[in-house]
Amino acid sequence: MTLFLERIISGINLGSIYAIIALGYTMVYGIARMLNFAHGDIIMVGAYICFVAVSSMSLPPLVGVLLAMVVCTILGVTIERLAYRPLRQAAPLAVLITAIGVSYLLQNLAQLIWTANPKSFPSLITLGDITLYTSASGASLRLTGTTIVTVLANIIIMIALTLFTGHTKMGKAMRAVSEDRAAAELMGISVNRTIALTFAIGSALAAIAGVLLCSSYQVLQPTTGSMPGIKAFTAAVFGGIGSIPGAMIGGILLGVIEILGNGYVSTQLGDAFVFAVLIVVLLVKPTGLLGKKVHEKV
Amino acid sequence: MKLKKSTVNNLISYGIVIVAFVVVQLMQGAGLISRSLRGQLVPICVYIVMAVSLNLTVGISGELSLGHAGFMSVGVFSGVVFSEWLMAAFSMENETMILVLSMIVGGLFAGIAGVIIGVPVLRLQGDYLAIVTLAFGEIIRNVINCLYISVDGGQVHIAFDNPNVLGEIVVNGPAGTRGVSRMSTFTVGFALVLFTLFVVLNLINSRSGRAIMACRDSRIAAESVGINVTKYRMMAFVTSAFLAGMAGTLYGLNMSSVQASRFNFDTSILVLVFVVLGGIGNIWGSIIAATLLTVLPELLREFSDYRMLVYAVVLILVMLVTNNPMIRAFFARITPHRRGEAGKGGEAA
Repeated sequence: MTLFLERIISGINLGSIYAIIALGYTMVYGIARMLNFAHGDIIMVGAYICFVAVSSMSLPPLVGVLLAMVVCTILGVTIERLAYRPLRQAAPLAVLITAIGVSYLLQNLAQLIWTANPKSFPSLITLGDITLYTSASGASLRLTGTTIVTVLANIIIMIALTLFTGHTKMGKAMRAVSEDRAAAELMGISVNRTIALTFAIGSALAAIAGVLLCSSYQVLQPTTGSMPGIKAFTAAVFGGIGSIPGAMIGGILLGVIEILGNGYVSTQLGDAFVFAVLIVVLLVKPTGLLGKKVHEKV
Repeated sequence: MKLKKSTVNNLISYGIVIVAFVVVQLMQGAGLISRSLRGQLVPICVYIVMAVSLNLTVGISGELSLGHAGFMSVGVFSGVVFSEWLMAAFSMENETMILVLSMIVGGLFAGIAGVIIGVPVLRLQGDYLAIVTLAFGEIIRNVINCLYISVDGGQVHIAFDNPNVLGEIVVNGPAGTRGVSRMSTFTVGFALVLFTLFVVLNLINSRSGRAIMACRDSRIAAESVGINVTKYRMMAFVTSAFLAGMAGTLYGLNMSSVQASRFNFDTSILVLVFVVLGGIGNIWGSIIAATLLTVLPELLREFSDYRMLVYAVVLILVMLVTNNPMIRAFFARITPHRRGEAGKGGEAA
């Protein structure tokens, strides 16, 4: 029982990270109607920036995270401007291939700069563990500081984003663009600026997700972001693409499914379970768990 | 008249491939081909077939498949097991015969995988379709990583996630195939390239091929004139999987050991780079791109660090340039009669 609860907790931890990444995917997909394949690699860049800031320049962790967010925001907006904006009218196939190209470009640049050797990422979270209970046999159920911070960060980000899209002028513009781009343009909303803003927010979130991911798993290499990126997209689809609470629910469920599949079936098949979920969701309910309500779209 | 023209074009294509083969054979006879390049001859054939078959899905049928390496992987492992079984059960010794039969079986297994994957996948479109093919590619890789297959006399034992199987292990879980007799030859590889060209070119120029392209250009319009969209998309998808499986077997029997992890997303992308660089929908472009990009890294070993970096830049630039309205207008002006042919249709869709 303790083992089961332990797995659920680590599933929620992983799922919260997926959820933060999925928020970036879901916003970009909802507004720009494109699958930003490079989103996962922005996570990796964010983690490297933070790693360099904290380990090599010995800056305080919080400054490292802020620096990573700034760099990722600039990177995300630049990518959008140079690679995606010229293809706004092009076929989806062309946009997707470009996004794959950007993803590979980031991975290989990271490999040239920081080499392919995995770096051991120090956990930036100094919060202590909380022991929930200790059973008679001595096995104890503990909540690590990393888990607490990750889940809290997830909840704060989700509330902030919901407030932002619901109650600010910028958020209103985002929802308008996602609903009808042409009509939004006629109402005087700058579509290009709104999409750039979406990329900026998504990339800043990716930086946070990168730091949290590496704090939990403590390994960092150029391919760190690609798999979580794809899984987070799965989470976004699972929860209903375009929906902020959907991304959170989808992410947490997916994290739990992956950890349970890894633990109870086979460590080789954890990824296969995640992808099986994606396929089943797309076939049975392509709008996802919460995707139906159009007004929830960002 | 039109059919005749396409037949002539096809015959010219076969002729060029045959001439290339004869030239390579003559050069090999005269000792003009270096050792490392000789080792690349079979992989070149494999990647040509992979690129042409992926082009059938991406260019002709207009669906971005990101799991093409998965079909190759199915071909590798089913083909290798079948070849070992043939040798054990029937003590067959004619290597070419074993190779050809194994390639057919590898192709059939990949084709079956294509049907199983195609039924759900082809109900989707666009980004969702691409991500689901990616998912299937990863699932295939994960599952094969768990397979332990042995050949014991005439019997094949398959175990899942359990390395204790009777007899001599052929597929050893994550460690991949073991002790494979390397029987792939350039001649058979060449024959496979010719066969692939024959299948793909004939399919494109047939009634079915036109139906496939019609579905690509406008699904609704194709449906409204009575074309069974699902059937034709399936036809392209399964043919593509079948050919990738045959290429996989050729690849598997060219190496004494191959791991399933080799057929990951990177391999699918590598083949996609061949297709994009050669021109989406352009079969000859795929052949040339696959050949050059397989040979060049060998020749430019010192730049191997930058290889994937260059590929990434190439992908982005090709997409930006071919979708630039000014450049498109320019090409449309200089080649007006080529509109409607396979040329740039994939991007125009």
